[in-house]
Amino acid sequence: MFEVLSHLQLQHYWWFIISLLGSLLVFLMFVQGGQTMIYTLGKNKTERSMIVNSLGRKWEFTFTTLVTFGGAFFASFPLFYSTSFGGAYWVWMLILFCFIIQAISYEYRSKPNNVFGPRTYEVFLFINGALGTILIGTAVGTFFNGAEFSVGKQNVANIFTTVDVTISRWETPAHGLEAVLNFHNVALGLSVFFLARILAVLYFMNNIDDENIFRRSKKQLLYNTIPFLVFFLYFVIRLLIMEGFAYDPKEGIVSMESYKYLNNFLAMPLVLVIFLAGVVLVLYGIIKSLLKTYTKGIWLTGIGTVLTVLGLFMVAGYNNTPFYPSNFDLQSSLTIQNASSSEYTLTVMSYVSLFVPFVLAYIYYAWSAINKKKIDADEMSDGEHHY
Amino acid sequence: MVENFDYSLIDWSRAQFALTAMYHWLFVPLTLGLGFIMAFMETIYYKTGNPEWKKLTKFWMKLFGINFAIGVATGLILEFEFGTNWSNYSWFVGDIFGAPLAIEGILAFFLESTFVAVMFFGWKKVSKKFHLVSTWLVAFGANLSALWILVANAWMQLPAGMTFNPETARNEMTNFWDVFLSPMAVNKFLHTISSSFVLGAIFVIGISAWFLLKKREVVFAKRSILVAGVFGLISSIFTILVGDISGQLVAKNQPMKFAAIEGLYKGQKNAGLIAIGMFSTQNPEEARKNVKDFAFKIEIPNMLSYLAYRDFEAFVPGIEDIIEGSYEYTDKSGKKVTALSANEKIRRGRKAIRALSNYKIAKDNKDEAAMASARKVLDENFQYFGYGYFNDPNRLIPNVPLTFYSFHLMVLLGFYFVLFFIVILILLYKRRLDGNKLWLRVSIITMPLAYLASMFGWVTAEMGRQPWVIQDLMPTMAAVSRLDAGSVELTFWLFAVLFTALLIAEIRIMTKQVKIGPKEGGR
Repeated sequence: MFEVLSHLQLQHYWWFIISLLGSLLVFLMFVQGGQTMIYTLGKNKTERSMIVNSLGRKWEFTFTTLVTFGGAFFASFPLFYSTSFGGAYWVWMLILFCFIIQAISYEYRSKPNNVFGPRTYEVFLFINGALGTILIGTAVGTFFNGAEFSVGKQNVANIFTTVDVTISRWETPAHGLEAVLNFHNVALGLSVFFLARILAVLYFMNNIDDENIFRRSKKQLLYNTIPFLVFFLYFVIRLLIMEGFAYDPKEGIVSMESYKYLNNFLAMPLVLVIFLAGVVLVLYGIIKSLLKTYTKGIWLTGIGTVLTVLGLFMVAGYNNTPFYPSNFDLQSSLTIQNASSSEYTLTVMSYVSLFVPFVLAYIYYAWSAINKKKIDADEMSDGEHHY
Repeated sequence: MVENFDYSLIDWSRAQFALTAMYHWLFVPLTLGLGFIMAFMETIYYKTGNPEWKKLTKFWMKLFGINFAIGVATGLILEFEFGTNWSNYSWFVGDIFGAPLAIEGILAFFLESTFVAVMFFGWKKVSKKFHLVSTWLVAFGANLSALWILVANAWMQLPAGMTFNPETARNEMTNFWDVFLSPMAVNKFLHTISSSFVLGAIFVIGISAWFLLKKREVVFAKRSILVAGVFGLISSIFTILVGDISGQLVAKNQPMKFAAIEGLYKGQKNAGLIAIGMFSTQNPEEARKNVKDFAFKIEIPNMLSYLAYRDFEAFVPGIEDIIEGSYEYTDKSGKKVTALSANEKIRRGRKAIRALSNYKIAKDNKDEAAMASARKVLDENFQYFGYGYFNDPNRLIPNVPLTFYSFHLMVLLGFYFVLFFIVILILLYKRRLDGNKLWLRVSIITMPLAYLASMFGWVTAEMGRQPWVIQDLMPTMAAVSRLDAGSVELTFWLFAVLFTALLIAEIRIMTKQVKIGPKEGGR
């Protein structure tokens, strides 16, 4: 079935899968957003307990999606994996530290004898929620603004001329942290952060049966929407008017092109529609939740988030655009062609990707089985397993 | 060349990977083993409806959850470390190695994380049957994830199902089934999971023995010991059987590792197996070659030849033979051939690397004839590609004492575990376990031994294959990311502090939960 596809078509298919995983990850980062609001929304122990338990039943999905996103990127575009992770070392290490401390916090926070006290684990959750989202957003910003690396695939044969056999080289000592010097990157990071908080309050409004938390969530929805819109609009407007990186498939040359990302949207109307539909759904979910007593905003804004991020990923990688451009050496920029796995591996992996709908189906089935009833104060004291 | 590599960077990168992998491995085997033990217990509850079995299941599940969380935390870094610290590796073999990692995420991690939520939170929300299925799926999912990462690891030890593409300067997969079903992969999976079952069983017996010593939860403890004892005995015998096959595979595919495991420097026919041995102090003159003599040893005649080749008279090459070559052996295709010397392999490796370099030059000059000629030389010599990075053949020798002791301690402990399970089950059957303080204490002491045995296994596998990150094709030093050693040193210490702190929390939470015992709810 996938054998009939050309290598280029498989590369496009796999960029779509990566984009989809990335956009699902951003949606699922409502868990991170919620972790930054435990004390804002929960004013007593029971309320905080409801919030933590509500998030605690979902955090593993975000975490697993992050791991799968990494694994899928490795399998489909290994040159990105080796160049970005090995080069932007400090950014990725910080992101990983943020997630390591999250993974134990739910289970250990309320257990007796947890050595560091519940507050420490709550601080871990806060760090993961704030720094994790901002850093991931900022790192993805470099997909549009470029990073400082060079690539020489044949360097492994360098032993006769030089000692350096490294294929991917980072060319700044900050090893990725320099991305924060570009405000456009940071604006995307902050957009992700505030969006995660918006999604979190919409999720709480849907998942927790408590009037006080609902009321406070609604207030926070407004407070977070304003900065989100400021940073997101800045990011999008600047994206549309800035110079972008373009790849000439015939000559194999990368060059700068004015209005590249705007041109990408115009050249791919379907992507434009996906992106605009996403933005509209995000806003519609927020507005409807603000104006009415509406609990399903998480689905509207959630689906909107997936579509918006999907659109952004697709303009980053399709239409002959290097998805990971190099400012240091334009010709080292990574495209879906030069960074991908072989045709055979992509074909094998495409068969594996057929399992994704099956996975989504059982996740939905299991979720609906344990979420039949909303979390409430009574459930926090019923003697069953809680965080 | 090799002398000019930044060894400080390489050593810190290796230390960091070893540190994070070993921390991760403190938690994984218990997840693999305890998962099935819980599933057995819940199945008995499902069949009998006896609430005592539910209580039993929930207690072990509670400990499983504490262990699972830290396993997830420490596992995250390992996946990304291939990119962050071994970037050359990630491109050179990413086309093959990335696939199992992605499959692990899609097929196994989601299964685990979805049903672990049902397992913990679903007791009152889903039917008994659905809950039981969820527990089984968690156990199955954990072992499925082990399968894929072990397939990846086995491929590093025995590369298969790929070809080198000079256009992209990397290895590319040509046959997924050769990667997935390689004998090394199948064997490694079976040996690793069955040894993890042993660890899970010993963990359950150890904690149950503590209850018996304290004269608490007697029925609970005996039931737990029964389930774990039977499971452990079967698993420990199976571990030894597949371990034996593993020995043959290593002898055939990684002769240097095999020689290091046995501390065998001079090859011989009718080679004896050293059951127990200790190296004498290092001989300074021979230190360069890493040679050690034995201060004492107990040897079983002819047994090494038999274990390696199923022939008591077979010649087993020693470290010096492998360096010097000229001995006869049967190659992977079954043909009798004469072994090349290490120097000859280095020469051929350089030829391959030079050919790759020439290929690029020819391509830049659009000289197709030169490209074809370089390609031919490359293909002919590619199996020695990694040797080209070395000057000194002695660098091809792993750390012999470390490999030898790790292996022998693992094996001795493996046989001890079989004996341990037999004794425990007999005492339980004869109703003489409760008052038997000696064996109850032995059960508790055996818990750390199970962890040690598991670690020794990995040290043998990973230290024994040095200096290779991919056997014969890529040395560890050529796989590393270009970072400054100080950065990696800093992250090493950050991980060391963070993981140690988390481990202390984990142990204290776990011991508290054990002391609370099964009567409490799921706090």
